[in-house]
Order: sequence, then C-alpha cells, then structure tokens
Amino acid sequence: MNTDRIEKQILLRAPLKRVWRAISDAAEFGSWFGMKVDGPFVPGAHLHAVVTQTTVDPKVAETQKTYEGAPFELMIEQMTPDRLFSFRWHPFAIDQSVDYSAEPTTLVEFTLEETENGVMLTITESGFDGIPPERRARAFAANEGGWSMMVGLISLYVTRAQ
Amino acid sequence: MLPKGSANLFAALGDDARLRIVSRLCDRGPMSITGLTEGSKITRQAITRHLRVMEGSGLVRGARHGRESVWELDRRRVEEAGRYLDMISKHWDDALLRLRTFVEDRDK
Repeated sequence: MNTDRIEKQILLRAPLKRVWRAISDAAEFGSWFGMKVDGPFVPGAHLHAVVTQTTVDPKVAETQKTYEGAPFELMIEQMTPDRLFSFRWHPFAIDQSVDYSAEPTTLVEFTLEETENGVMLTITESGFDGIPPERRARAFAANEGGWSMMVGLISLYVTRAQ
Repeated sequence: MLPKGSANLFAALGDDARLRIVSRLCDRGPMSITGLTEGSKITRQAITRHLRVMEGSGLVRGARHGRESVWELDRRRVEEAGRYLDMISKHWDDALLRLRTFVEDRDK
C-alpha cells in the first residue's frame, strides 16, 4: 500500500514530437487539461493558472464550468525535450477560501518513451505523504461538490482499465 | 463527507511498521499479537502499541478469543484511506484520456 505516489501509463498512438508538444507547450497543455497559464513552460517558472473548459470533451467541459476561473499555481521543474516534463503543484487546491502557499507540494512527472506502437506516457505524482492529514480530509469534502461528477464520467474507462 | 476522526486515519497509517501490520492483516485475515510478532523484527510490546494507535483511529479492532485478543482490520476505514489517492488517480485517468483525444485526433 503506497500512500505517497500515483503512477499512470497510457499508450498514445501519435508521433513523439506531437506528444511532446502537447505536454510541453503551455497553450496546448491547457487545451486538453482545461487550464490557462500566464506564461510559457520553462524550467524554474512559477506560473499562475486558472481552470478553463477542456476543448476535447464537451461533457467534462461542462463539469469544469463549476470551477472555471479557479486559480492555482504551477512551479515548472524539468524539461528534457521528448523525454521528461515535470512540475510541482498543490494537489486538490480547489478551495478558494484556503491559502495553500505554505503547504508542501507534490511533484508531477510526465515521462515519454517511444515504442513500436506509439508513445508510452507515464505520469507519476508523488509527495502525498507530506500533505497534512487535515488537508487530505478537506479534499474529500471539496470532492463531494463537483469532482464526483467527473469521476462518474470516466468510471467506465477505469473499470475497463483494471 | 468524511466521518469524524478521519484525519487521524492518515496519521495512523503514516508509519512503516503500522503499514506492515495492516498489510499482514489484509493478506492473512484476523491474527493474534503472537501471530503478528512471528517473523517480525519488532517486539510484541511495539506491535501492541501500534495496534492501540490504529484501534484509536478505528482502523483495527481487537476481540477476545480465550486467552488472546484477535485483531482484524475494519475494511471500511482502510478503504476510506485509499479514497484520497483514488480521487487524484481518477483525475489523471480522465486527463490522460483527454490528452489521448488531443494528440491522436488532431494528428490524423
């Protein structure tokens, strides 16, 4: 039972350069993820972002409306072209009445690997053990609001993936 | 909403020895302290102490069977602890699907 780290993998049937651009270009990242940032992704950049509606899934976009404009921050760490993109943020920092700045961040890493069938993308998010317990408890409360809808949308996929 | 005291749950789990006890109780079902001590590097006293901490947060419960207490997990509480990471995990599943749509569709 690992409480500190999440790891996800997906095979993307697209050229490596295409995938790299989609994760390393702030505007492209924002387009699928559903956010808008105030500057380009460069190592060391401390960026301000807001939640926007994703352009790729109308149903998810609808649920993101609830949080549209909610601010959060991204601290860009490493960028190795076609290989690695990483940043830090405050997980689940969606309660606008809370100042998250003093809390520990988690590290999100996107790792790309070219395979015969496409690009294997691995995402890891780690550092959850450093997040204060009461903060985790608040995340549950926040989740009851709108994220649960989003989770419902993808439950079919999650079931299939297991 | 979280039941009262859930924050304690993470504190109770935030320890390697306690995580090991939880995983043994997961694998093998209810066990006595003697059973838990066998093959473990820590003492019976330490295991008892960890069990008490976890009992305090509702993670495990002990029931008397003859001369010994048998300890078991309260699965509902264990599942709650996993829910936080599940939530974040599901967000990434969802985000990855959007990325896939984004890079695969537009490249055709």
